[in-house]
Amino acid sequence: MNAGPAGIGVVFSNVTKQYGKMTAVDGVSLDIRAGEFLTLLGPSGSGKTTLLMMLAGFQDISMGDILVGGASIAATPPEKRNFGMVFQGYALFPHMTVRKNIAYPLEIRHRPRAEIDARVDEMLEMVQLKGLADRHPHQLSGGQQQRVALARALSFSPRVLLLDEPLGALDRKLRAEVQDQLKDIHNRVGTTFIYVTHDQEEALTMSDRIVIMNRGRVVQVGSPIELYEKPRTVFAANFLGKSNFIRHEGRIFALRPEKIQVFAAGKGQGQNRLCGTVRSITYMGATLKLMVEVENHPTIEVHVPAWHSAEAFSESQAVELCWSNDAQVEVEGGDGDEAGARSA
Amino acid sequence: MTARSSRFNPYWLLVAPAVLLVLALYVAPIVNVLLLSVTDPKPGFDNYAKIFQSDTVAGLLWRTVRLCLITTVAAVTLGYIVSYAMLHALSHVRRRMMSILLISFWISVLVRSFAWLMLLGHNGLVNDALLGLGLISEPLPLMRNELGVLIGMTEYMVPYAILPLLANMQGIDPRVSSASRSLGASHAQTFFRVFLPLTRPGIIAASLLVFISSLGFYVTPAILGGGKVQMIAEYISVQLLVTVRWGVAAMLATLMIASVLALMYVLNRFMKLSVVFGGATR
Repeated sequence: MNAGPAGIGVVFSNVTKQYGKMTAVDGVSLDIRAGEFLTLLGPSGSGKTTLLMMLAGFQDISMGDILVGGASIAATPPEKRNFGMVFQGYALFPHMTVRKNIAYPLEIRHRPRAEIDARVDEMLEMVQLKGLADRHPHQLSGGQQQRVALARALSFSPRVLLLDEPLGALDRKLRAEVQDQLKDIHNRVGTTFIYVTHDQEEALTMSDRIVIMNRGRVVQVGSPIELYEKPRTVFAANFLGKSNFIRHEGRIFALRPEKIQVFAAGKGQGQNRLCGTVRSITYMGATLKLMVEVENHPTIEVHVPAWHSAEAFSESQAVELCWSNDAQVEVEGGDGDEAGARSA
Repeated sequence: MTARSSRFNPYWLLVAPAVLLVLALYVAPIVNVLLLSVTDPKPGFDNYAKIFQSDTVAGLLWRTVRLCLITTVAAVTLGYIVSYAMLHALSHVRRRMMSILLISFWISVLVRSFAWLMLLGHNGLVNDALLGLGLISEPLPLMRNELGVLIGMTEYMVPYAILPLLANMQGIDPRVSSASRSLGASHAQTFFRVFLPLTRPGIIAASLLVFISSLGFYVTPAILGGGKVQMIAEYISVQLLVTVRWGVAAMLATLMIASVLALMYVLNRFMKLSVVFGGATR
């Protein structure tokens, strides 16, 4: 397939957005590489959508600048930025057929008819909707509408594709399927994908790099592995995956539930040990979730493989929790997010 | 259940007074009007033949339809602009615009027509202002003619056009317009290729509503037309009270009722009537 021009890099330079006295985005600097799949991950109100809307041109920048391919786009109206965008809820044109929807950006650009037809067919094939070209959006399922939105946003070969929570309306199983398709399409077209979500699983499975945001600021940037294995703050450790926080001599260590081994009391072995009592056991299919109460410490969550261990534990059993030094990561508190972290 | 449904349900007695009232005070007189149109002065369709035979009646019908059509186009166009502005206004501004809109519903058509009389007359505010500015050398004939009637009717009908248009516009996902811009379309292209087509049901509903309501205008043409611009309602009144030709009056009334019902039927097909009077499109 024709990949069109490859992706282009985007640089956020100290970008700030203020609504009156409220600061939605606070001095964000980011260097997005050409062709990468970058996810902006954060809870609602973290500024991720505002950041995307400023990039798309639907929100003004209060301070700072956004550079695309080295040139500022702060003064460029949205229609001149040449970014594809997939909206939350898809925002398909309800009065146009699937074919018309996908052809729209090409017709606006006055491309010749034959080229438009060929390109639309190519896009329909890419999103596997060939048989549905003459339907109207309301005749399609959510997953199909999502694919039309994607085809429409990519039909004019934009160098950057912006996606605003595009899977939010889909059910779980379909979402996993679409995630694979999105990743596959990203690999084929080579466009820079900038993806906004609050769903850590989506972020982990699709992204080349993830930007964790909180309260209008960037908390940490890195590959999914870096962020999961080496979170720098309590917030990052807690937002991407689950984590226990062990306090020791004024330092905080993040400890993932699956990196803890559980032994019967007195039989533990490992560099770090804690004695406790099993408070609850939840069968999760692949894993067992144990909530273990430890003296002078918040309850610790432990995940152990469920297979062959379902009968090994019982409630109020005395156990010893063990983990190696490399299982724990020292993190910074701050931001007052520790309180939330502890109770999680 | 089947046994019960065939028996008389006593609860119907509770609505009986209302039903009887409507039958006696509303349906019966209308049937009477229908009958009058084919029985007065003598049985037959002579009254209806006048539509084609009498120049006065034909001219009257044509004038009514023409003025109503122009009013519809003008009121819906202006209403569209106001609705569009309301849709994009900040919420507190929109609330204020909505109150002004509702207040205008409470001011009687008589008062409004007299107000226009003050504004449009030879020594009215408009002519005085234009003369004062030196834009014209003698007063423009703004009333006692069709122009005056049109100005009065249009002004009265604009709020009626706004309600269905605004309901329709508020039902459109604003992200659809943003999507169009992100795909490379300018403001104007987005408006003509996306927004305007999506407001088609609202435009049709508003047009039918304004047209139907305009057909019954009586006070405005009488006052601003100065007796020279007679529309169907005023003509019916004259037939009833002055020339006492009840048959002709009944025929015209029947014609009006029939056209209104037909238009309502069309309107209902494009937009549920409940939607026209507020609420969202879906």
